Amino acid sequence: MIKTDAVIIGAGPAGLFAVHQLGIIGLKAEVIDNLDKIGGQCIELYPDKPIYDIPGIPKCTGETLAKKLIEQIKPFKTKIHLSERVQKIESEGNNWIVETNKGKKFISPNIVIAGGVGSFEPRKFSVKNYERFEDKYLFYYVKNKKIFKNKKIAIFGGGDSALDWALELSKISKVILIHRRSEFRGSKNTLKKIKKLSKSKKIIIKTSFQLESIEGEGKIQSINIKDEDGKIENLKVDNILGFFGLIMQLGPIAEWGLSLNKKHIPVNTENFETEKKGIFAIGDICEYPGKLKLILSGFHEAALAARGCFKRARPDEQYRFEFSTTSKSAHERLGVKKK
Amino acid sequence: MAKITYIDHTGKSKTLDVKNGLTVMEGAVQNNIPGIDADCGGGMACATCHVYVKEEWFNKLSKPEEGEQDMLDVAYEPKKNSRLSCQITVSNEIDGLVVTMPEKQI
Repeated sequence: MIKTDAVIIGAGPAGLFAVHQLGIIGLKAEVIDNLDKIGGQCIELYPDKPIYDIPGIPKCTGETLAKKLIEQIKPFKTKIHLSERVQKIESEGNNWIVETNKGKKFISPNIVIAGGVGSFEPRKFSVKNYERFEDKYLFYYVKNKKIFKNKKIAIFGGGDSALDWALELSKISKVILIHRRSEFRGSKNTLKKIKKLSKSKKIIIKTSFQLESIEGEGKIQSINIKDEDGKIENLKVDNILGFFGLIMQLGPIAEWGLSLNKKHIPVNTENFETEKKGIFAIGDICEYPGKLKLILSGFHEAALAARGCFKRARPDEQYRFEFSTTSKSAHERLGVKKK
Repeated sequence: MAKITYIDHTGKSKTLDVKNGLTVMEGAVQNNIPGIDADCGGGMACATCHVYVKEEWFNKLSKPEEGEQDMLDVAYEPKKNSRLSCQITVSNEIDGLVVTMPEKQI
């Protein structure tokens, strides 16, 4: 069991700045995020796109903002648990027990939910009964490519994951790349290589097709794909891979007993605490009159929620407001060297 | 102002007056039309405001840009006439537009 002053759910800009605001007032935090990288929507949805409304920074990309925030919280040496999703929250006395899908447990008087619109999960197929093949013959990721050796694989998607895996798996298996339109959004360079391989029939490309149905008992025997005019083609395959990107799903947050309003968690605007004592919500996921879904609002919410956490983490201490410019204790926490 | 008709996947329809300048997505969200989630709030970053536009209207709208097509790749059951409703701006020209929502957005 990991003991900390606050568990932060979500490593997007709001969650990262919460680490800073907690750290500067002397509180320790642990961060958990379902993605395999730090930065939340900034890094997953718009790493290369510019943001123009961060105060003091006229223009920066999502990736740059994430990097800067990571740099800013470096002095606090906060552990960020990636590729883990918080599954369960339970109260124990004045504390909360937080458990992840990988069985990791945390105990803390405070939880700061900075989960954006939920966790990023792969977009799944929408055909009937696809679930029965999931994780056995149908995948949304490749963990061990050896299982595809000498198999016939249908890869669906038009982005980099689909193209990269089509190229890679074509070395050890028969690949059919299927996409709903003729343009691919993945790297042009990879596409060129794939088109070259398709000339020698090493990869078969099928565009303007989508999965219609999967045939087979126990294992996959064949798939039916449908083109834009409704024409159906049957293909014998052993495995199906789908790369349709990640979508945001509220996931287990809905099961933590918090009242929700259209996927958002109502909070007060004094310290962004939810109706449950010690559970705070900041950033895109929280809701209050006048809420703006801006990164800068998330920063403000993080600062106030951190002060709310202080009261519960240090009930016997008096919180003192200080400026980072002049506070000696803040400087110590930030590791500022004395002149 | 334009009349926009939103039809859900069961066939239930609602027609609204939506102000010029708003998007078809905003018209739905502001009037609590279920079936359009718009998780990213109009940033063309999530594909949860996905709608099907009736053919005759589809060709009248300006063509979707590349970024929108890319997002539609990750939408729920995209079709030839798929659009992101956050990318359709309401004007007098689209008075009478009919959009159909997919069975679900995620």
